Amino acid sequence: MRSKRQINIKKIVSTIILFFCSIAFLLPFIWMLSTSLKIEADVFRYPIEWIPSRWNALSNYQEVWFGDYPFYLYYWNSIKVAVLTTAISVIVSSLAAYGFSKVRFPAGAWLFIIVLATYMVPPQASLVPQFILFRYLGLFDTHFGLILLGSFSVLGTFMLRQFFLGIHNDFIDAAKIDGAGHGIIFWKIALPIVRPAVATYAILRFIWTWNDYQNPLIFLRTDALYTIQLAMQKFTTINGSFYTLIMAAAVSAILPLLIVFILGQKHVIDGIALGGVKG
Amino acid sequence: MASKTFTTSEELKETPKKLKRMRKSKIEKSENIIGFLFVSPMILGISVIVLFPIVAAFILSFADWKFVTSIDQLKWVGFDNFVALSSDEKFIKSVINNAIFILTVPITMLCALFLAVIIDKNVYLKSYFKVAFFMPYISSVVAIAVVWQVLFHPSQGPINQVLMTFGIQNPPTWISDPSFALISLMIIHIWISIGFSLIVYIAGLQSIPKELYEAADIDGANSWYKFRNITFPLISPTSFFLLITGIIASFKVFDLIAVLTKGGPLNSTTMLVWHLYERAFIDLDVGYASAIAVVLFLFVFTITIVQWLGQKKWVNY
Repeated sequence: MRSKRQINIKKIVSTIILFFCSIAFLLPFIWMLSTSLKIEADVFRYPIEWIPSRWNALSNYQEVWFGDYPFYLYYWNSIKVAVLTTAISVIVSSLAAYGFSKVRFPAGAWLFIIVLATYMVPPQASLVPQFILFRYLGLFDTHFGLILLGSFSVLGTFMLRQFFLGIHNDFIDAAKIDGAGHGIIFWKIALPIVRPAVATYAILRFIWTWNDYQNPLIFLRTDALYTIQLAMQKFTTINGSFYTLIMAAAVSAILPLLIVFILGQKHVIDGIALGGVKG
Repeated sequence: MASKTFTTSEELKETPKKLKRMRKSKIEKSENIIGFLFVSPMILGISVIVLFPIVAAFILSFADWKFVTSIDQLKWVGFDNFVALSSDEKFIKSVINNAIFILTVPITMLCALFLAVIIDKNVYLKSYFKVAFFMPYISSVVAIAVVWQVLFHPSQGPINQVLMTFGIQNPPTWISDPSFALISLMIIHIWISIGFSLIVYIAGLQSIPKELYEAADIDGANSWYKFRNITFPLISPTSFFLLITGIIASFKVFDLIAVLTKGGPLNSTTMLVWHLYERAFIDLDVGYASAIAVVLFLFVFTITIVQWLGQKKWVNY
């Protein structure tokens, strides 16, 4: 009895300590949100006003969304690029993952090693020739080029392959005896079984594409094609000292991600845990 | 007549086998084609987007060529780019900074392991903590960097104002001070990456058999003893994975530098990837940038090889 109560007190104490640690992780976000609602003069007031005394939220967000750098346009660009990249990447990766795990062909093993080997290449090392190639192919400064860059994921292929390997071969042989080809088996049997893994990968790919700054920076030039991250950076450069506007832009850039993350929280955390443990 | 019957019966025996073999080779052949069909989009994409460019980077590292000029201006210069690298102060500074930046990896891992051990056993609201610590990792680096830029504001920023109320007269000016800029970036990088390591560590801790702790309890072991002799060795594969992926990720840090410091002040935050970017897309120097790309590739390649070799040697399973 006594020991049980002791443990509970210990648990409460560590929860409280950890809660203070977690505040260090959340405070910058809270500061960002609260600043985005203030008027410019109150930004650096000290002690910090967590709940603004003078509100200016509407005009801040209006300026960000419909001002000189209209975020609705960049939002649309980002959504377009992120959704298409995710869709193509999921299709390409799951096809390849199925091919590498459930179709028994001798060249498969070798091709898989080649695919895995490319994972060692740091993306920046191939940047310059990629740039030259994309200029030559007319893919530079297009959304299509940007989408292509994110569509061939070794990580996605590897992750989904692990899950396809988990499907028992008897399933597939039984379907073959019934006369189903690999196309039907893939679509009707294998893919539905690994659906949770596909969801995890799709959420991660969406988040990564949404957050990508480097590829848009290098492969886009026209203002109207900018994605949200690039627009965010340009917006900051132009509005240098208008911190309320910058914070309103930052909130806008992070918000959809938070929604995706909170909706798919379990998928994301499980996916990362799984990838990490399997290593 | 008799012999004829014999052959027919022999033939009769043979036919199904032959048929089977024929069918089998046919299936094998079609499996081959189908296999290629399934993997071909991936193989094609990877070849165009990764394999061809990395080979081209190796070749171009021996050339002297600018983007703006036509391809017939390209000159082959042998190892000149690499020789130039060895006396390029900014490049050397970049390598040193990359090496220093690796320190973020063990620090992140220590913090994450500490948090993970507590979260795994001793707290309420587990999923709240997972989400809270993970938030920086999923947020866009550009937005985060901009927020930190203001938090680190030298005279009016909240961080320095807090430091001044605690009686620190001259707090560092953080990202605008050459001797503090790299440390500032490292702090932000650690803050971003803890969530990832934490989630991986929690998963790793859950795979340690409970019986081991129970046995230690019976023997009267204290928490530190249990951590030292059970948790730490059994979590070592996870630690090793985090160490390697962390080091590789530290070589890829770009967004933070691009948004916060652009390599400055006084080159104090330049790193390989940033130097490469500047040489390639600001100076438009293809050959030189490719030489940096080759060096970058070799660093990451070496670390990956070390991982392959080291996994068996240093990890207790």
